[in-house]
Order: sequence, then C-alpha cells, then structure tokens
Amino acid sequence: MLFQPAVIALLLASAVSVAMLLAASPFALEVIRHWDIKSGSERQLTLERRTYLFSTLLGFVFATQLVSLLLFVFNADKMAVMFVGAMCAVGTLNVNPFGFPALIAQIVVFFLAAAWLVVNQTDNRAEDYPLVRMKYVLLLAMLPFLLGSFALQLEYFLHLKANVITSCCGSLFSEGKQSLAGDAAALPPKLAMVLFYGALAVAVGAAAGHALTRRGGYWVAAFSAIAFIAALAGILSFVSLYIYEHPHHHCPFCILKPEYGYQGYWMYIPLFAATAAGLGVGAVQPFARVPSLEKIVPETSRRLAWAAAGGFALFALAASFMVWRSNLILLEV
Amino acid sequence: MNTWIEKQKALIDFTLASLARRKIRNLGLLLVYALIVFLLASVMLFTHALRKEAGQVLANSPEIILQRLVAGRHDLIPPGYLEKIGRIRGVQKKQGRLWGYYYDAVLKANYTFMVPQPGALLVPDPGKIAIGAALARMRGLVPGNTISFRSYSGKLFTFEVASVLPHQSELVSADLVLLGEEDFRAFFELPPGHYTDIALSVANPQEVRNIATKLAAQLPDSRPILREEVLRTYESIFNWREGIVLVLLSGAILAFAIFAWEKASGLSAEEKREIGILKAIGWETGDVIKMKFWEGALVSLAAFLLGYIAAYLHVFRFSSLLFEPVLKGWAVLYPRFELTPEVDGFQVATLFLFTVFPYAVATVVPIWRAAITDPDAVMRV
Repeated sequence: MLFQPAVIALLLASAVSVAMLLAASPFALEVIRHWDIKSGSERQLTLERRTYLFSTLLGFVFATQLVSLLLFVFNADKMAVMFVGAMCAVGTLNVNPFGFPALIAQIVVFFLAAAWLVVNQTDNRAEDYPLVRMKYVLLLAMLPFLLGSFALQLEYFLHLKANVITSCCGSLFSEGKQSLAGDAAALPPKLAMVLFYGALAVAVGAAAGHALTRRGGYWVAAFSAIAFIAALAGILSFVSLYIYEHPHHHCPFCILKPEYGYQGYWMYIPLFAATAAGLGVGAVQPFARVPSLEKIVPETSRRLAWAAAGGFALFALAASFMVWRSNLILLEV
Repeated sequence: MNTWIEKQKALIDFTLASLARRKIRNLGLLLVYALIVFLLASVMLFTHALRKEAGQVLANSPEIILQRLVAGRHDLIPPGYLEKIGRIRGVQKKQGRLWGYYYDAVLKANYTFMVPQPGALLVPDPGKIAIGAALARMRGLVPGNTISFRSYSGKLFTFEVASVLPHQSELVSADLVLLGEEDFRAFFELPPGHYTDIALSVANPQEVRNIATKLAAQLPDSRPILREEVLRTYESIFNWREGIVLVLLSGAILAFAIFAWEKASGLSAEEKREIGILKAIGWETGDVIKMKFWEGALVSLAAFLLGYIAAYLHVFRFSSLLFEPVLKGWAVLYPRFELTPEVDGFQVATLFLFTVFPYAVATVVPIWRAAITDPDAVMRV
C-alpha cells in the first residue's frame, strides 16, 4: 500500500536521510583516517570545512526523524479505518509484524541522533575539536540503525493490504480473520504505578544528584532509559485508562488526538526531551577526561541533567494531574 | 537563553534585509515554491474534504445491506425471504427497500427511483414525486409541474412534482426521484412482496460482523454489505487517488528541488562578496549557515502560507477548478455541492514533508558551500 500520501512522504523522508548519510560516509572515513588538528595542510582545511556539513546534515536528519515519528503515529491512526478490527494506531501497527518494530526503530534512531548532537555540541565548544574522530566513528555506527529503520518501515508499508470490498462477495472477503486487538498488552495497574513513579523518582533523583554533585553521569543515562520504558508502560497500563475514563482502552496514541484535547503532547514532549537529555549526559561522560573538555563536559552534563530532571518531573506532574482529574476509579482506596 | 534569542533575532533581521536587497530573484523562488505548495495542498484539501463528505453521508446509512445473488448477479428479494431471516439477536430493524435505476433518453442520464422508508419525513402521495436538485435544474422543473416517464414496459406514466429536495443534500440526491410504493411497483411492474434489497440496522458496532456471518450462513445466496466496509473502501480509493496524483506531481517536486539547488548554489558575485565581508569582520562558518538556515526557513514559511491559503481558496471558494475532473469522477447529472472547509494537522504535516523537506535537502549542500567561502578568495575577485 504505497500510494498513500503520508506513506510516500514517510518513505521519502527516511530514504533521503539514509541517502544523505550514505553519501557522507566516504568523507567520514576520510576524516577518521586523516584528521590532524595540528596540521595546516590543505587536506586538513578541507576536512575542517566538511565537518560543518556533517553537523548540519545530522541536525537535519534529527529534525526529519522527529517530524516523521509524529507523522508515522498519525498515519497509523488515520489508516485504522482501512483494516478490519483496527480501531486506532495500535490496530494498524499490529496489522503486520513490522509495525511496532518500525516505530521502535524510529524512536531509537531519534535518541541516537540526539546523543550524537550532544557530543557534537560539546566538541564544537572545545578549542581543538578533540572528539572529531570519535564523532565520525559514531556517525558511521549510526548508519545501520538508520538503514534498519528505513527497511522496517518499507517492509511494514509493503505488507499492508487494506480490507476493501470486492464485488464478488462483500463482507465474506474479510471474514475468518481474527480481529486485531484495539488495546495493547498492559501490566496490571498497581504494579505499573509503582514502577512508573519509582522509575521516574529515581531518574529525577539521579539527574538532580548529578547536576549537584557531578557524579554518576552514566547512571543518569541508564535511569533515563529505564524511566522512559517505565513511563511508556505506565501510560499503557493506567494513565491512558484515566484519560479515556474507560477501563479497557490502553492506546498510547489516542491521547494525542483532538478528542482528548491533545493531552498526550503534555506528556510525550517532556518525556522525550528528558530522555534525550538524560541519554546525552551519558554520551558525554567518556570524554570528561579529555584535557580541553575538562571544563566543558561537566558544565554541559550539568545543564542536560537539570533538563532531564525537569522534564521527567514535568512529565510525572502532567500524568498525575490527568489521573487526578479523571472520573475513572481504577483502584479502590 | 536570552542572548541566544537576541542573536537569532539579529540574524533574522539581517536575513530579511538581505532578502529584500534581491527582491526580484527571491520573489521568483517564492512564487515557484508557493505554486508547488498550492498544487499539492489543493489535491490534499480536496480529497480530504471529499473523504469527510463520504463519511458523513455514510454515517446515516444502514449498518448492513443484504442483497440476493442469482448466478452471481444482484437479483430481487423474493416474497418470504425477509421472514426467512427470522430473528437475529442484535438486529434492531430489518426492512425491504425498493429502488431502481431509470434511463431517461431526454437527458441521456440515469435516475435513481426510490421509495422512502416508512416513517421517513418525505413520503410522496400516489401520483406525486419528489426530485433531486440537479434533476430539477436539468429538466427545468419546479414544484407543481408534471413530468412523464416511459416505463420499461412501454407505458407512459405522468407524475406531479410535489417538491424539489433541498440543495444541501445534493451530493446524495442529485439524480434521485422519490415516489410512493404503489407507483414504484406499477412503474417497474414489480409484484407485491418483492424488494430490491434489505436494510438491517444494528445497534452495537462490534456485533455487525457476527450478524453478517450469521446472515451469510443462513442465506447462502445472499451478499451482506457492511457500512464499515464501504467506508473502508472509500477511504482506500480516495487515498489511492490522492497518492497517484501526488506521484504524478512528483516530477514537479523534483523540478522544484533542482530549481532550489540551482538558486542556492548559483550565488551571485555580490552575494559571495557579502559572505566574504561577513567572514572578514568575524562571522564564523556556523553563523553563515545559521543565516542561510533562517533565509530558507523564512522563504519556506512564506511560500507555505501563501500556497496553502491559495489552495484553501481554490478548493473551498472556487470548487477546485483545476482538479475536479481527476479527483471527483464524472456523471451527466453531476451534483453541485460545496465542500465543508476543513484543515487537518496531519495533512499539513504530510504537505510539509512533501514541499519543505525537498527544498531543505536541495539547499543543504549549496548552503554549506557558500558558508565555507574564504573571505580573501571572494574579495580578491
């Protein structure tokens, strides 16, 4: 099912992103091989200029991923009408086994690009660009993820077949298929709540602690990743139920819709921003001992840690507010 | 944070002034850009509005329509068939419907003759009919006029036009002729007890599929058609048509990308000198890229708004003169209808990826090329 405007747009966006990184990779190799900040040779000059192109390109890929992540989810939601039993985005993503992997791959690429940009930003602030080689190794390492994400998306869209009427047999055509679940598998709410608030509290604590004491940078990244997963699990298993005021509607995407006042953005924007910042803290830690970065890394990671702590806290507040405001009684107190 | 915002503001200010210095050149780009946005946005707005309209029309149609097939062709429902269905749990109402097509040699068009369901607002008395607005327009009929139709058996029937259906319903009633049951049976020589098809209404949407399965098992010669399936088919068809048009327009997008690339890489000597001077007075490569980024963003935003507003007017004010033949389909008695204006965030995002994205891709490398220019190299020329 390729001839759908949004599908074409999504595939175009990820194909171009892949093509840009692929085209850039020979130059990246050259940078890795011949970079020498002390040299004044013409080659070094060319390489230095080229680095600007790469950071611009990657910034661009990052922005594209962000837009297409949103579009991917919206598109899934819009296409739900075309599949038997699919009520919203979850149903559409479940139509074939590539739906959710494609979504997850896109989220992963998004966070990787964010971490790369943090490293890039840090490096650019040092006088001698100490991380250039590292950056380009990382850039090449990201390429397979981007390729994988594109391949999954392509597989997913290629294997989508809308259940349309054929003139011969009306509804019999789509019969015999088991209907797709509109709600995703979810944890029991009590356990999910404990996990949700526990993981978020730990993540906020770790980030704030790092910002104050400058210790445990890697923990911030690890706890951010865990908090991200716990937060998604929490949204699935209880936050969404409170928002929909329906004990069986677990969809994490419908909360982005106008019917529910776009409430999802209040949660997802801080959550994604906080996770990206938290992962960024971890991404710069290995370079804390580089001489020219000794001052820059702690400062960067302190700022990112505050951002992560603030983001997670904001997310928890937004989610709690939505639960508090809801008329649903999920757990008897 | 504040200094960052101040810096961006200064950059935007500078960029605007620099854009204004080369008005003609930038206006050309802006116009082409806006034209591309306009074309794509028109297609999207139009198909979206049509889809919406189809959904609204179908919202009030019965959940299941049961047709009988004979040798694979749609046939009349014989007497006793309705009773054979019996009681199926979940079905609120089941009713035989009477409708058919009539070819009018005068207009060379097909009309739909239909008997309103009992209890409908408008049930014409014997000898009277209610007609659709397009039909009334084409045949020049007003309430009180009489009109004759020669039936398929050769007999001439004369009806009095009791009313013309309201214009708001024209999308579905353009070619409609509503008449009483006796008139219908006499006109088409349909014996009592026969029906065209059966409409079933089901309250619980989740039960619809089960009921259709039961119907198909009970009456093997029947074909249940579900409303959700019709809806699904419309959705696919409109999306597919929209997709095809966009693919056809992709040549235009590509041409536009090449144009943008050319524009961005063919810097005039003056522009080069400008960048050279900026760098000589202390701008960094990154700053020049930022400036160029703002330039692209401002041009894109202006073109996007311009193109989108023009498309909006084109579709909803001037009923999409340019795309009607492709996207709407064709008929002799074509309904005149106004589409309900509707802007959808999802479509705007898709449109954005179709227009701003190619522009950005095409200009990244030229921008970088411009930004790395050495000050002395350009000033020496």
